[in-house]
Amino acid sequence: MAKFLQAVTDGILGGAVYALMAAGLTLIFGVMDIINIAQGVLVVLAAYLSYVLSVHLHIDPLLGLLITVPAMFVLGVAIEWAFMRRLRGRERTAMSLLVSYAVAVIIEGALYQAFGSTPVGYLPRYAVASVHVLGFYLPYIYLIGFGLAAVAMAAIYLMLYRTKFGRSVRATMQDKVAARLIGINVDRVAALTFGIGVAVTAAGGMVFGATNTFNPDSGYDLISRLLSIVILGGLGSIAGALVAALCMVTAEEIVNIWQPTWATAVYYAALVIVLLVRPAGLLGKQEARAQ
Amino acid sequence: MLTRRVPIAALLAFGVAFPLVFTNPAVTTDAIYTLIFVAWAAAWNTFSGYSGYISLGHAVFFGSGAYFTGIATRDWGLTGSEVFWLLPLAGLLGGVIAIPFGIFALRVRRHTFVVITIAVFFIFQLTAYNLAITGGTSGLLAPTINFVTATYNNPFYYVAFCIAVGTVVISWLIRRSRFGLQLRAIRDDEDRARGLGVRAMRVKLGAFVFSAVPVAMVGGLWWYFTTLVDPSSGFDPLFDVAVALMAFLGGLGTVSGPVLGALVIEPAYLYFQQHVASTYLFWMLYGALFLVVILALPRGIIPTAAEHIGNWRDRRRSDDAGTAHQPVESSAGDTAKESA
Amino acid sequence: MSSLLRTEAVSKAYGGVQALSGATIEVEHGAIAGLIGPNGSGKTTLFNVITGYARADSGQVFLDGKAITNAPPERVFGLGIGRTFQLTRIFPSMTVLENMLIAGQHKERSRNPLARAGGAAARRYAMDLLGYVGIASHAAALAQTLSYGQRKLLELAYVLVADPEILLLDEPAGGVNPSLINIIASKIRELNAAGKTFLIVEHNMDFVMGLCDPIMVLDYGTVIASGPPELVRNNPKVLDAYLGTGDDEPEESRAGI
Repeated sequence: MAKFLQAVTDGILGGAVYALMAAGLTLIFGVMDIINIAQGVLVVLAAYLSYVLSVHLHIDPLLGLLITVPAMFVLGVAIEWAFMRRLRGRERTAMSLLVSYAVAVIIEGALYQAFGSTPVGYLPRYAVASVHVLGFYLPYIYLIGFGLAAVAMAAIYLMLYRTKFGRSVRATMQDKVAARLIGINVDRVAALTFGIGVAVTAAGGMVFGATNTFNPDSGYDLISRLLSIVILGGLGSIAGALVAALCMVTAEEIVNIWQPTWATAVYYAALVIVLLVRPAGLLGKQEARAQ
Repeated sequence: MLTRRVPIAALLAFGVAFPLVFTNPAVTTDAIYTLIFVAWAAAWNTFSGYSGYISLGHAVFFGSGAYFTGIATRDWGLTGSEVFWLLPLAGLLGGVIAIPFGIFALRVRRHTFVVITIAVFFIFQLTAYNLAITGGTSGLLAPTINFVTATYNNPFYYVAFCIAVGTVVISWLIRRSRFGLQLRAIRDDEDRARGLGVRAMRVKLGAFVFSAVPVAMVGGLWWYFTTLVDPSSGFDPLFDVAVALMAFLGGLGTVSGPVLGALVIEPAYLYFQQHVASTYLFWMLYGALFLVVILALPRGIIPTAAEHIGNWRDRRRSDDAGTAHQPVESSAGDTAKESA
Repeated sequence: MSSLLRTEAVSKAYGGVQALSGATIEVEHGAIAGLIGPNGSGKTTLFNVITGYARADSGQVFLDGKAITNAPPERVFGLGIGRTFQLTRIFPSMTVLENMLIAGQHKERSRNPLARAGGAAARRYAMDLLGYVGIASHAAALAQTLSYGQRKLLELAYVLVADPEILLLDEPAGGVNPSLINIIASKIRELNAAGKTFLIVEHNMDFVMGLCDPIMVLDYGTVIASGPPELVRNNPKVLDAYLGTGDDEPEESRAGI
């Protein structure tokens, strides 16, 4: 029983971080109809950045976020401006897959070139220690991750619902043409949204890097999880991504207790099962007809 | 439409004679890989190109075909050319897998469909890692084959050639058939097509199942040729993306487009792989090439070329007709003669 | 004459907006009926309900006395109701001829799935129809290269392929130049003389008044008037609906389209 509850807490804490990264992905899709496959490798890139800052420059990873978050934001804007913006036409979403995959491959190659394939990791001192509460172990790093995720998602929520820019984002999500007609600079919204969607990988990457050893290859597993979460939650729904992430990661942690080898399979099985019942995802809009 | 018979016949003759002329095994090896991708791209395009539902999960069929052939060869103790007879069975298996896969995946919007195919792909990869029958992480080795060394590659080449040609022919037949018409209508406006009596689910599923068969067959062939399949090579995400790129490059939804795309990209990939010293630099170059192709030729080579040829022809016609008045009006000023 | 198409008290709400509220219309065999009303009165919604693109919340739809309420579009199509769309919905990446073949494909019963699309008879028929509406010369062109007016004609040819008994035309004259409008009107009269029934939604009053009898008027989802053009034209309720009499009640936003 204790193990079960521990798994649940681990799932919730860990799931929050995944939720943040998935939120970025689903936000990008909602606004631009673009599936950013590079999100996984961008997390790894951010992890490497945190690694360099912490191990080579001896800057605390949390403080390092002050550098990595803006850096990833700028990178996101640059990617959108240079590549995504040029995608037009009916096959836009499919082409965005190919383009973002190409970007991912380039980044991965660069990471290999710079860091080699040996897995690295960094453990800030506080990552090792944990808080002992009511018989559960809550590793500090997980708590920090949860806290970061909570703060970031609250920030995104506030941005979307309380600021003028957020209103433009939501308008663009609903109808790009109408948004343009009322004077919203859709291109700018797209670029900034992409930037935000990527910036969240900085936080996710920091936690990911602190809790796993990783190498450039780690992006594949990440992106497949993030995509599953996003689909499960419903493409374009941030709340859905949050719920899905928490559920999937928790389910995986629980199965991990009994059958570690199949834990990841449960992850995908959950996706399949949910989609059988609700093809649009948990909180996705039910389209009357597939198109 | 490549309605010119002579160039096609010439191309086929060249293809048949190829290994007899170019006997260097390195060359024929590259040719075999290229033909495998020609088949894959043509099959994939018959579903994704015609219907507009982009699948990034066809590696499921490839890997399944590879593993099936491997397991059957091992368990039934087959040797030499006998293994080739397994390929149609592998194709059949691919089709069978495609049925529930398709029924499940084709109920959703296009955007979700892509991701579902990716998810199913990962499920299969995971299963390959975890099941004993598939040899887990180490995979399945092929037995040593005692073909004559000098012409070792030739049986593989001709099998691949047949599969590739067969797939392209069927793809062409489908495109000009009522079935193909329905698929393309679904691509343009699925709701309207439904409203006109097109049984969308049936049509999509039919194309999906068909597209799985050649891919599973070349998967089996590939295992036998490379003598090894393991979860990361049998289910390699790179393949699906490369195939999509080939189809896009050549022209999504045309018959000759994917063939052209495969003929361009696969040899280029192999060349880069062999000549660029650092693997990682190779990755970056490959990705950059990818980007350039997609951004520069969004519609693909064949449609863009057809349009340019059409424009050129119209310009010549109007020159002949005299330059006194404005160039000949076409339907709406845009002579997009996308054919094939 | 008996009624060919009849709706009875059809209601439909979209969220908080009541698009149709007890809409009852009747179209007799051989008539050219008109359906008019201000923007947002529910005309296209009624079309959608009749042809299966939208579900009615309540009420019935009858075709020749048989209830066909909530039948899916392909069934409605198979029963002999043809329908065009306000924003022309053609298949852009296919040629004009292929567009026509798709419209008729459900009739082809060849067992060989790989047989060439459209037998000789089907193609001849399609070309005849294209010729009838006047765009036969564009048969080999991609549908997306057609001008707006040409698309309207293609839609008309389309809807004729299945040889329906009754044609529901959604704004056939919308955004089209006057000479083309006359051509469309004359085609409608010709087809009507050959036995086809029409129900036409239009905003162009000259077009409607000159062509349709009876004319039914929708406002806020209900029928407020119905009858021959002269009666409807002078009906105070109709004038009120269109022009408004400026009374004290605040203007409520109309049902969004």
